[in-house]
Amino acid sequence: MATLARLQARSTFVAHQYYYRNSVVDVFRKKEYDAAVKIQSWFRGCQVRAYIRYLHRIATVIQKWWRGYSGREEYRLLVKFASCAMKMNFYNAMAVRIQRRWRGYRIRKYCFNYFYLKEYLRAVSETNDAIREALEEFAEMKEREEKKADLEREEKERDYQARKMHYLLSTKQIPGIYNSPFRKDPDPWELRLQKAKPLTSQRSKVKDKHWVSPNSWLECTSARSFPRSEVLPPIDRKQCQGPFRDITEVLEQRYKPLEPTLRVAEPINELNVAREEFRRQEWMRNVNDNMFLPFSTYHKNKKYTPLMHSSSKYGPNSYGSRHFRDENPKKWICDKDFQTVLPSFDLFSKYGKLYSKAGQII
Amino acid sequence: MSQRQVLQVFEQYQKARTQFVQMVAELATRPQNIETLQNAGVMSLLRPLLLDVVPTIQQTAALALGRLANYNDDLAEAVVKGDILPQLVYSLAEQNRFYKKAAAFVLRAVGKHSPQLAQAIVDCGALDTLVICLEDFDPGVKEAAAWALGYIARHNAELSQAVVDAGAVPLLVLCIQEPEIALKRIAASALSDISKHSPELAQTVVDAGAIAHLAQMILNPDSKLKRQVLSALSQIAKHSVDLAEMVVEAEIFPVVLTCLKDKDEYVKKNASTLIREIAKHTPELSQLIVNAGGVAAVIDCIGSCKGNIRLPGIMMLGYVAAHSENLAMAVIISKGVPQLSVCLSEEPEDHIKAAAAWALGQIGRHTPEHARAVAVTNTLPVLLSLYMSTESSEDLQVKSKKAIKNILQKCTYLPALEPFLYDAPPNILKHVVGQFSKVLPHDSKARRLFVTSGGLKKVQEIKAEPGSLLQEYINSINNCYPEEIVRYYSPGYSDTLLQRVDSYQPLTN
Repeated sequence: MATLARLQARSTFVAHQYYYRNSVVDVFRKKEYDAAVKIQSWFRGCQVRAYIRYLHRIATVIQKWWRGYSGREEYRLLVKFASCAMKMNFYNAMAVRIQRRWRGYRIRKYCFNYFYLKEYLRAVSETNDAIREALEEFAEMKEREEKKADLEREEKERDYQARKMHYLLSTKQIPGIYNSPFRKDPDPWELRLQKAKPLTSQRSKVKDKHWVSPNSWLECTSARSFPRSEVLPPIDRKQCQGPFRDITEVLEQRYKPLEPTLRVAEPINELNVAREEFRRQEWMRNVNDNMFLPFSTYHKNKKYTPLMHSSSKYGPNSYGSRHFRDENPKKWICDKDFQTVLPSFDLFSKYGKLYSKAGQII
Repeated sequence: MSQRQVLQVFEQYQKARTQFVQMVAELATRPQNIETLQNAGVMSLLRPLLLDVVPTIQQTAALALGRLANYNDDLAEAVVKGDILPQLVYSLAEQNRFYKKAAAFVLRAVGKHSPQLAQAIVDCGALDTLVICLEDFDPGVKEAAAWALGYIARHNAELSQAVVDAGAVPLLVLCIQEPEIALKRIAASALSDISKHSPELAQTVVDAGAIAHLAQMILNPDSKLKRQVLSALSQIAKHSVDLAEMVVEAEIFPVVLTCLKDKDEYVKKNASTLIREIAKHTPELSQLIVNAGGVAAVIDCIGSCKGNIRLPGIMMLGYVAAHSENLAMAVIISKGVPQLSVCLSEEPEDHIKAAAAWALGQIGRHTPEHARAVAVTNTLPVLLSLYMSTESSEDLQVKSKKAIKNILQKCTYLPALEPFLYDAPPNILKHVVGQFSKVLPHDSKARRLFVTSGGLKKVQEIKAEPGSLLQEYINSINNCYPEEIVRYYSPGYSDTLLQRVDSYQPLTN
């Protein structure tokens, strides 16, 4: 009991000491606990970090390996495509070469032939030069003709003048005005006057434009063949005195057109002409001029001349027997002839036998 | 009074009538008398004389009427209004050839003035009698009738159709074969007037077999006849390809080319018109003409005439060149371009210049070769000046602008393009700069020349909106040169250099 009492007396002290010692320990307990926890956490951290490092390392290894693999895959693809592209480029280049040659050939041969164009242009320019020359010649010829016509007209004019002035010709007694004694030689007009024939009056006025020959009966029956008077006949025309016939009758008779008989109208040598015509036609038409002699007695002494083609120095050509179709019965397979399945059509059997004239060849 | 005295009165009257009508006919030949005659009332006096007993008075009265009606259309209308025509037509059928000639002359004189008067003639039934006159034996009557028909048919297609319906065409073709030259001329002229209106009428003339005879007459030496024949053939050929081919089949080439050397100007004109009408239809026909040497002949013909005579020849060259580039090259090697540029510069009339500009445009528009051939003759500045000048007609301006545009779009001949940089208006400048931008990147000599001649400087001075086509061209030209050069030639470079000098601080130690 004593202890109990002692204990009870010391109980509050014990309680305080107990509380104090526990609390002291508690004070440190927390610190120590915290320290321990800190140390432990740091160590755990190290552990975990080491683990993570390890994990990182092996993950990196895996990833490295994977990246290498996928890169190599990509590279292989790239290489495949590049090689494909290179091949395609090569094929394209070769194809372009072929196409280039072909296009050039096609254009040169079918569409546009440069040399032909050049030839054509050269031919055109040659034709142009030829035409230009020909036209120059033609123009020159025309000019020459015109000049000649002018000269001729002048000549005619002068001749006419000379004929009109023929009386100015010099005589033996009196020299003419163109033959002055003071001149050395006479004027050219003098010579012209000598050559000229004197002009009869009224000759040049008559222009017989309307002269018609009796052969062309058409013109004779036209009113032009009758004489026209400039002045009208007077209204009251007295009958001329005397045994004259009516003027119209006389004129009719005088200007009656020629009515030749049939004998005269035909030419005199018509028979010969007709024969000649016939002969000419025959000559034109016939191939062979020799007359046809019907009986063999006419040809008795004639020697037969074979064709050149079928006769030669080495004997006749075996045209008939070997080169054309000839019959060789030993080679026939069967003894029946060909059978025509379709009948031959008659294209030309109706030629020239149709009733209508449509479509016929003129 | 005795019978003789009575008859003497009548004789005097007849003499007076004859003298009157002959004097009137003679006075009517001079234009200054006709006014006086008209005021004196000559129409009403002549009309009863047409019904006179004496045939000579009738004929002379008709002749006088014809001469009066020929002078102007008032008198012709007076003839129509005076109901003279039915009488003329009626008596045409029965009288002698002198009267027929005079009556046909009156009809011609009335019908030539206007379509209404010609219609009046048709309405009074003159066409049938005129066609009957065409069958007469006398060539003078045929000539007068053909002339009248030709003048009637000249006005429009309906009157032509009326003439054709009266059956005139086969008779005219027969008239052409007659030996008299005057008759041939008139018949050819009438056929030409008939066939010019429409293809159907031309086909009618062709069906009557006219082409062969007309083609034969080209060789005739008479120049007035040649005029009419060539005119008739060209009126036939102008309507369609088939008609042109039929004319060509009559073997007119190369004979027609000799007509181009004729002395008569109108023969040349009509011959080149004929060739033009044939050439314009298809390339094959043009090729035929080129192969026959027609181009050279036409070019020589252009060189030897002046004025309106040249116009069909110029148009023919344009048509030939327009069909294809080979034909244009054929025109070029026949020395056509110098001739055309001569025409362009020396002709005073605008429509001929316009035709020459058009023809040059057709030649030069095909390939750079062609454009070069046109450019070396120095025609482009002429064309430009025609386009820019205010005195040119609108047609000329339009045609020269089109020609310049077409030639420039193909021209790679730089010496000809350079002057354009200086004086061209903006819409043409665009094309010029475009051509430079196409040629310069590939040709180093050209680039050098461009710089030394001052072209690059000019290009830099051109103001263009950014983003426009002109700016793109300028950029592509600038890209051909190193940057310093471009900057050197850009405007205001000397100012920028001086500014740099001003702002430069020299290093002080």
